[in-house]
Amino acid sequence: MSPPIPERKRDEIVRYAPSTRINHWIVAISFVLLALSGLALFHPALFWLTNLFGGGTWTRILHPFIGLVVIVAFFLLGAKMWGDNRLEDRDWRWLKRFRDVAADREENVPEVGRYNAGQKLIFWVIVVCLPLLLLSGIVIWRSYFAAYFPIEMIRLGGLVHGFVAFVLILAIVIHIYAAIWVRGSVRAMTRGTVSYGWAWKHHRLWFRDAVKGNAPPK
Amino acid sequence: MALQSLDIVRRSATTLPEPEVRRAHTGEVAKLIDVTKCIGCKACQVACMEWNDLRDEIGTCTGHYDNPADLSDQSWTLMRFTEYENPKGDLEWLIRKDGCMHCADPGCLKACPAPGAIVQYANGIVDFHEENCIGCGYCIAGCPFNIPRISKNDRKAYKCTLCSDRVSVGLEPACVKTCPTGAIVFGTKDDMKQHAAERIEDLKSRGFDNAGLYDPAGVGGTHVMYVLHHADQPQLYANLPDQPKISAMVGLWKGATKPLALFAIVATALAGFLHYIGIGANETSEADEAEARREIEDMS
Repeated sequence: MSPPIPERKRDEIVRYAPSTRINHWIVAISFVLLALSGLALFHPALFWLTNLFGGGTWTRILHPFIGLVVIVAFFLLGAKMWGDNRLEDRDWRWLKRFRDVAADREENVPEVGRYNAGQKLIFWVIVVCLPLLLLSGIVIWRSYFAAYFPIEMIRLGGLVHGFVAFVLILAIVIHIYAAIWVRGSVRAMTRGTVSYGWAWKHHRLWFRDAVKGNAPPK
Repeated sequence: MALQSLDIVRRSATTLPEPEVRRAHTGEVAKLIDVTKCIGCKACQVACMEWNDLRDEIGTCTGHYDNPADLSDQSWTLMRFTEYENPKGDLEWLIRKDGCMHCADPGCLKACPAPGAIVQYANGIVDFHEENCIGCGYCIAGCPFNIPRISKNDRKAYKCTLCSDRVSVGLEPACVKTCPTGAIVFGTKDDMKQHAAERIEDLKSRGFDNAGLYDPAGVGGTHVMYVLHHADQPQLYANLPDQPKISAMVGLWKGATKPLALFAIVATALAGFLHYIGIGANETSEADEAEARREIEDMS
């Protein structure tokens, strides 16, 4: 006979495996550092942020290496999440009901699998933006690489880097807000678990698979 | 180096105006390089090394007269030699003293993200303050003349200062002082233009119909100007840009888009906050938990 399930675990589903949670927070912390160091050099009004990194020169030195940490860490995380983020027909129907989503009227919204269309779009924005930031970042990385590129390409690299970073930061601001707004989401990424009600309300198709044991934590 | 006797009118990466009561009422300065009088002796290069205490590495012969082969953090000026065969079939030896042009609208200053690393004085000189330089190299992308060079040792950017330290105490730049043919002269920009006009008239009378002054308007004019025998073809002179201007990409990258982008990021965060205030947290209710449990019971 299997041991009895502990009381506190009874109404919970494990949504994220420990390795995923650790991976996510490595990406999250390094991305915040990356964005802060990047914004410090993006606009003079934010140059004071260089103080967080030990001054302007240290910010210039550290920023690209932090970027490499984000790239590698997200590559591992993204590979795990890739399959669950494929856009399907129901995602477009979900997006059409976005007003209901934003107004917390989820009863009017098509049922959602492990990720909703908003989460999937954020995922694909990251997947597109990070390689662009890596490539443009290498072109403008003066200490090691910029000398190998023609000047027009460096100018384009700076422009692309700034614009793509802007898009990505917007996406992450939305991602963070959504996680704060939808109560229980942060717990999913810290303790790994969600309540039955949370899974039922926000990710009903995944909830049904999960309670049947067909959708193990990832 | 910050010099009290020179008033700063623009600093890189700052959003507010500099103290601007004191101005260069006696006129902005300019260095005029008369390419037609240059004999390529490189005394200006030596004077620059001596005054600024610079010693470049001894290079190797690259098969032409340019020595060193390029500008560097230790070589702030360089004679560039071009052998040009004119339409009559005669050889013309075009020797251009290359170095910072001290643009009125400096691309380096515009591109620089470090406050006060690049400044423009009221007299027009554009100077790098290396103590504020973070070594990102954006000035290189901003410059239409390919002038700034990053030191391999301290990773900071260097270029000709127009001897701002000498000018601040009433001396002419070292290269001007040493030039044995008077090809390099220094004074107010108006005086230099007048001097150039006389030289151009003389050149035209000697058959150089296209002689002219190089003071490109695309960068707002420069505080280093050339008298050229072929002002219609500046690219003959070791690729001196015909109509230099700050790249449109640098303009986009560094222009109005930045405050707009910053505004958009703040607005998005604010929209989230207001949404939260308006709608409240998206919570899972007891009813949701009950529905979930009912579904599980139905399944089994």
